[in-house]
Parts: sequence; structure tokens; C-alpha cells
Amino acid sequence: MRRRDGNPARTAWLVVAGLVVFMLALAGCGGGSDSTSSGSSDEALQKVGKGEGEVSLISWAGYVEPEWSKPFEQKTGCKVNNKEAGTSDEMVELMKTGQYDGVSASGNATARLVAAGLVAPVNTDLVPNYQTVFADLKDQPYNTFEGVNYGIPHGRGANLLMWNGNDVSPAPDSWNVTMDPKVAAKYKGKISQYDDPMSIAEAAVYLKTHEPDLGIENPYELNEDQFNAAVDLLKEQQALVGEYWSEAAKQISAFAGGDITVGTTWQYQYFALKEEGVPVKASPASQGFLPKEGATGWSDTWMIAKEAKHPNCMYEWMNWIIEPKVNAEVAEWFGEAPAQELACKETANKNFCAEYHAEEPAFWKRVYYWETPLADCGNGEENCMDYNDWVKAWTSIKG
Amino acid sequence: MASEATVERRSASHRLSDLFHGRERLQIGALLAGPVGWLVIGYLGSLALLLVAAFWSVDPLSGATIKEFTLENFEALVDEPVYRDIAWRTIRTALLVTITDAVIAFPIAFYMAKLASRRGKALLVIGILLPLWSSYLVKVYAWRTLLSANGAINWVLEPIGLHGPGYGTTAVWLVFSYLWLPYMILPIYAGLERIPNSLISASEDLGASPFTTFRRVILPLSFPAVVAGSIFTFSLTLGDYITPRLVSNEQFIGNVIFSNIANNQPFAAALALIPVVVMIAYLLVARKLGAFEHV
Amino acid sequence: MRLSRRSRWLLRIAVAVGLAFIYIPLIVIGIYAFNSSKILEWPPPGFTTHWFSQAFKDEAAREAFFTSLKAGVIAAAIALVLGSLAALAVARHRFFGRETISFLVILPIALPGIVTGVAISNTFTQVLDVPLSLFTVIVGHATFCIVVVYNNAVARLRRLSGSFEEASADLGAHSWQTFRFVTFPGMKSALIAGGLLAFALSFDEIIVTNFTIGAGEQTLPIWIYSNLFRPHELPIVNAVAVIVILISIIPVYLAHRLGAEEGGATAGRGAGGGVETEATAVP
Repeated sequence: MRRRDGNPARTAWLVVAGLVVFMLALAGCGGGSDSTSSGSSDEALQKVGKGEGEVSLISWAGYVEPEWSKPFEQKTGCKVNNKEAGTSDEMVELMKTGQYDGVSASGNATARLVAAGLVAPVNTDLVPNYQTVFADLKDQPYNTFEGVNYGIPHGRGANLLMWNGNDVSPAPDSWNVTMDPKVAAKYKGKISQYDDPMSIAEAAVYLKTHEPDLGIENPYELNEDQFNAAVDLLKEQQALVGEYWSEAAKQISAFAGGDITVGTTWQYQYFALKEEGVPVKASPASQGFLPKEGATGWSDTWMIAKEAKHPNCMYEWMNWIIEPKVNAEVAEWFGEAPAQELACKETANKNFCAEYHAEEPAFWKRVYYWETPLADCGNGEENCMDYNDWVKAWTSIKG
Repeated sequence: MASEATVERRSASHRLSDLFHGRERLQIGALLAGPVGWLVIGYLGSLALLLVAAFWSVDPLSGATIKEFTLENFEALVDEPVYRDIAWRTIRTALLVTITDAVIAFPIAFYMAKLASRRGKALLVIGILLPLWSSYLVKVYAWRTLLSANGAINWVLEPIGLHGPGYGTTAVWLVFSYLWLPYMILPIYAGLERIPNSLISASEDLGASPFTTFRRVILPLSFPAVVAGSIFTFSLTLGDYITPRLVSNEQFIGNVIFSNIANNQPFAAALALIPVVVMIAYLLVARKLGAFEHV
Repeated sequence: MRLSRRSRWLLRIAVAVGLAFIYIPLIVIGIYAFNSSKILEWPPPGFTTHWFSQAFKDEAAREAFFTSLKAGVIAAAIALVLGSLAALAVARHRFFGRETISFLVILPIALPGIVTGVAISNTFTQVLDVPLSLFTVIVGHATFCIVVVYNNAVARLRRLSGSFEEASADLGAHSWQTFRFVTFPGMKSALIAGGLLAFALSFDEIIVTNFTIGAGEQTLPIWIYSNLFRPHELPIVNAVAVIVILISIIPVYLAHRLGAEEGGATAGRGAGGGVETEATAVP
């Protein structure tokens, strides 16, 4: 092993370093494809062909359950691969990988998915059950863009205020139990808040009623003053929050374990906890399941990926999910209002649609569906905070 | 072994060896081509591609990357105090965990290296290695249930009037210290093993008390091994986002990077530069202290 | 070393406390695996082996287990090759940048997993246009596993005096023969230990895997993570964890035995002696 001078190896290292610099330059010149891909059509499918044998979905917890996905598989031969996500951000991120055929997108994801070119328009003629979907779910700003339909409604609901009947009294009828620092202080460390920038809208909904001087109309279109007020309120809340939840099941285990006694939730968790025998309560049907101020909520849309590998199966799925019997099952299982009018005749509980206000457009005026915050305030002004601001603020709020 | 100058056919391996014989540069090149190619072009290249995005920005609606040079991500990091808090919280926890583990690991490693019988040593090594095979996630979740309001820790402490730490900063420190302990014990054990017993005997023969022997002979000789172990406890704590999420509400650097990866990769890349720079600095210091011989 | 009885006992207690600290949560996992209630309440109301039979029947868990096994074996194999090559270069030659190799090799495991994961994922999906799959997972795992093999191999090669190899050359063996009959046998147990550790690292890895795996597949940690919060699945997860720990006693024991056997065979023992120490050189 004679000692060698290192010059040749030095050359090798320089070559290697050069390669790295070259790759950087490549990246700067936009080497490789970006998320806005060309090639596949911007048009909707014209005809549903034979099923491809499987379909890959991204969905909210409780949206794709064996109760209705297994019959779907049997009927169409399309095997369902389901990935559950906890937030809209996760869903957008998963869609970017291009590995999924469809997603149950809420309003704070739909606009972004369309703008990023990740989803294709939906040809509603190919979805027979769409005819009988509730009229006030069709052609809405969260599922129709520039006059083009981008999805099939799944169902809608309001975020719930839930509390442990044994630990929280008196029974709250207002969001002040989690939002007003003076009232919420009683439950310090036991409050559960949704871990997503959409919580800023919850604070805005609260302030709309309790600080009308701010002039908040739409909790997703906030100018700087309104936005800062909401953010400050949540920063005060932070000291009292026991847990910021993003996985539904995580919140379930927190309530069941007694670590959390009150907070924002979805019907999925509420019913799961009741089944486990945990004494949870929520705003009752008599109040429309809503505290005084109203609530944020969602109206979800099934969207199809632009690069979907199994588009035929996806169309079959979209038609299946709003099949009257299926949508009734879906709605009752989760606890939300169905999207399909005819489902109201198929529910096991004959009063289901009445209880959930499925047929009352007026009721939903008090529910503020999740939306993507944009700089465009919608009233001619452009000084509203956009989604990047919301995300950054949310990080500051949590500390 | 050829005795005469034969013309027998040489095997392929023999011919290959001849090719390399005397050509050290060729040998080195052939040996390093694979690993260095993989690590530099593949890994460092990927890293560079990711981190260069820190100087770009993103369109708020479509999420498309705007590949124009800008420092706005770094400005945001500096302007908004929360990122400094999060960075400091992460680094501080990593340091605390490292120190805690070093303190717990040293006596155990010392016992294993110098006092245990042959059999005891073997059992202890297996005993320390075995937990590394149990799932990280299951372990953290077990701690989550232990720390819960109705969990085992409170069940033990409340009858005597005490209270468990619950979820939060203390929980994170506790769980991290727990998870990475074996990674600290093993290098220290290896390092202590390498200290010749004759040195220790010599120190004692010269009249030093056990404590002095420890302080002036054992500790300095084993210090590089401690630093080697600390590389893992520090780096694993620095980048983890799952444990803080499961046993606390706190945001660590990993959490903020994670929540920004989806919408704002350039900003996430800028955030990622923090632990990368910290870790590279840590590694350089560790190398100076001789840790790389003991990893 | 001469220590007072009191010091010895203090040390023994410290070891006992340390071991208790390490094993109590594992015992808790074991208790929950036999817990008859679905919610993890404490103390557990009853005893059942139901979850274990469920675990064996669970198709997703089985598939995930074998996927992890496959990924681990291949990743460890790649790490073995790359790590040994690098170790041979570093321990037996001198060249510009030699010290940097150790630095380079440890980077993938020292940098945050999320950074490594996203970087590799981006390169595959955006630059190379390769979809995410088990292949990309294996690439990611192999990258941070190299260091484990490398460290073990370098430590061993340093202890193996080069004089054996020179003697072999003097006796007329060409370099491949020398490697095959002298160097490699000396390295073998270090490589096995390194390979086993690399496998263990890959088997339990979650963060990098999360970013590099495709939609249709699951490794065991991914399966665990997706079921960790489901009240109905959690007890099965605990049972699976217990099964994995029990199975893993075999490779750990093997690694240790192989390490111990080599204790006397190598030259240049130094003054350490006793149990082979670099078999435990850690990730």
C-alpha cells in the first residue's frame, strides 16, 4: 500500500462537485415536470367505459366505509383503495403525488386543486344520480369554476361543539365555552381545537356575533383588522387548549381517556364516542346542532384527478356514492345531511332529513362552508388575507 | 502458484485483479464509485434540489413554485418570532435529551464494560439491543397512554398525592430520552471496553482514588464515545415530529416543516435549512472531538 | 478495577433502574396486548389472547409485515455492498477526501428524516418522473443504512492488521483471492452485525418511508401508524408489536453470538479483549 499523492482523487471530487452544481442549475431551469402538467385533457370524460379493476381514493374519516364500499366492489369489480386524510392540506399534498383517482374535497381544497391543475372537470351527464341532487348544492362557488362543474356533492354538515356531559356544565349553547378566554378558562387544558388554519374562521364566526363592529361578513374573507382580531383571539385560546387534533381517531381517544372535555368536532367522533359509552353531548337538534353564533362547516365534493389511472371506476364511484340508498347510508353513518334528495326516503330514521335540515336551504345560511381564503375579497377589494397568510398565522397561534 | 512461466489460462478474477494490480487510483476509484456516486449524486443532489427551493416562492392559490430568486422566506423566518421560539425549543430539547441520556447511560455502560461477568455482559447487550427492535410508534403510543389523565402514571402517583407530567414539554423530553437511550449506551459501552484495564490499574497503583481515576483517566478516554452517542440522541430529537405530536401540543421544527411541505415547499425548505445547518455544525464539532472513531 | 462495595452496589442499582426504565413501557405494551377492553384504560379489566389470533388473521398486517421484510432485506443488502466498498477504500488506502467519506456516510441518518424523505421523494417524482413505490422506499432506506455497515466494517478493518493481506500477496495470491480468503472472512461477522442493524433500522423506519412509499403498499410501520388511532384496531397493533419483539430475539441473539465468536480470531487485539465491541456499533 504505497502512499499516493491525492491529485487524481482530487480531480474526481471536483468532477463530482461539478455534477452537483449542474443538477442545481437544472433545477433552476425548471428541469423535470412541475405540478401543472400538460398532456392530458382539460376536458371531462365523454363516456364511461369498462371498469379498470380498482380505484384509489383520498377521503375524510367515515366517508369510505366497508358498508358501502364492499357492495360497490361487488357490483362494479372496482377494488377500493382508500387513504384517509385528516386535513385538506394533506389531501392536496396526496393529490400532488398523482397516485390517486379521486378525492372528497372540501371547499378549502377545491379551488386550490383546480388552480393547480390536479383535477379534471366532471361530466355530470355521465352521473345519472346527479339529476336528483339538491339544487342548492349544484353550481356552487366551491364546486363550479368559471361555469364548469368539477365534482359531485357528497353531503354537508356543520362542525359540532361537543362536550363531556359529566365534566362540563352548564350545557354550553355558545362557542364562548372554547373561544371566550374568561369562560374557557374553566376548562383550561381540556379544550380540543381543530389543528388547521380553518380554525381562524371559527374565531371569525364567533367575532361576527360578539364583535359586530369588526364588520365580519364572510369568515373566510377577512381584511387585516378582522384577521388580526381572530388571530389574537386564538392566541389567547392557545394557553387553554389541551390538544390540537387533526386525526379524528386521536380526538376520540382523547375524549375517551378524559384528557379532553370540550371542543370542536365532527359527527363521526360524536357518534363513535357515544357508541363507546362515553357521556358526550353536542348542541341538540332543537338548536339545529348549532351554537348561537352558527358554525363553520363543510360541503364536500368528490373530484376526479386529471391524471386518474382509473377514470371509469371513479365515475362509477361518484355515481354510487349518491345512489339514494347509499347516500342515505352514508349520511346516517356519518351524521351529516345527504346530497341526494331521494336519499331522504331511504333513511332508517324517517325524520333524519328533517333533523339534519337537508331540505332547508335557509338553515345552511348559518353554516359557513370551508372555503379557500383568497386576496380577492369578492366585493371589489383585493386586500383580504390569502391562504398563505392563514397558514403562517396558524403556526404563530400554536406557538 | 505458478512455478514456471506458464501459459495457462487465467481465471476472470485473476485477470481482473491484474488489471487493478499496482494501480491504486483505479482500485480506489472502483471501490468508491458506487457509494460515493449514490451518496453524492443521489443523496446530496436531492438535498441540493430541495434546499435550493428555499430561495424561491409559491403562488398562494395554485401552489405552483415560482422559480425566481427571493429572500422572502428568510425574511419571514426572521420577522416572525414564533420560528425562533420553535427552533430554540427544538435545539434545547435535543440538548437536554442528550445530557439526560448521557447521564443515565454512563453508569449502565460502565457496569457492562468493567464490572459485569462475561455472561452478564452478553445478557445486558442483548437486553439493551432488544428494545431497538420494538416499533418506535408503538413505544411512543404506549407513553401516550401512560401519561394520559387516566393512565398508569397517574394511577400510581395520585394515591400518594402526586401528579404525572401529563402531555407537554416534560412529556416530550421524557419520551425522547426513553427512545434514544440504547443509542447512547452502546457506543459508550464500546468506548469503555477499549480502555485497557491496565491503564486503570496503573492509575490505582499510583495512588488515585476511584473517583480521581474516573475523572482523570476514564472520562477523558471515553468522552469521544459519549460524543458519538450524542450524535444520535441529538439528531434524532432534532428532526422528529411524530413524538411531539403524540405527547404534546408543541411545535418542533419537524412539525412546522411538515405542515408547510404541502402548500409552501419553498418555505418548508427554508425551515429545513435550520436543522441541516445545526446538524452539520454539530457533526463537524463531533468529528473534531474524535467521535467518528467511536460511532 | 477496585471499587468499594458501596460503589458496586450503587452501580448495580443504577443498572437496574435503567433497565426498568427501558422495559416498563414495553411491559405495558405487553399488558395492553392481552387487554380485554378495546379502550386502553388502566388498569385493564380483563385478560384475553383474542388480539393475537386477530393479528395473525389480519391480512393487511401480514402483507405489511412481509413488505417490510422484503424492503429490509434488500435495503440491508444494498447497504452491505456500498458500505463495505466504502470501508475498504477508507481503511486500506489514502486519498484526498478520505476523512470526508465518514462525514458523507453519516449525513443521511444525522439529518432530519423529513428532509431526507422529502428530498428523495421530490427527486423521484419531479426530476426522474419515477412513481413512488417499494423501490423508492428501498432506495431511501439503503441510503441511511450505509453508515451502520460502514462503521462496523471500518472498525473491523482497522483491527485486522494489514500484514495478513501483505503476507497473502507475498505468497502469490492475486487481490481477489486475498480479499476472498483473508480480508472477507475477517470482516464477515462485522458485516453480519452491520447488516442486521441495517435491517432493524429499515424495518422500523416510518418518517422517510412515509414520503417515499406509493399509494397501494404498506410497510409495517405505515400499517401501525394508520391503525394506531383506530379504537377497533389498536389492540391488534399492540399484539403485532409484541409478536415482532419476540421474533426479533432471534436475530439479536445471532448477531451477538457471531460477534463473540470472532473475539479471538483477529490479530491486533489491542487491550480491549473480551466481547467483540464493534458488533454493537450503533446506527
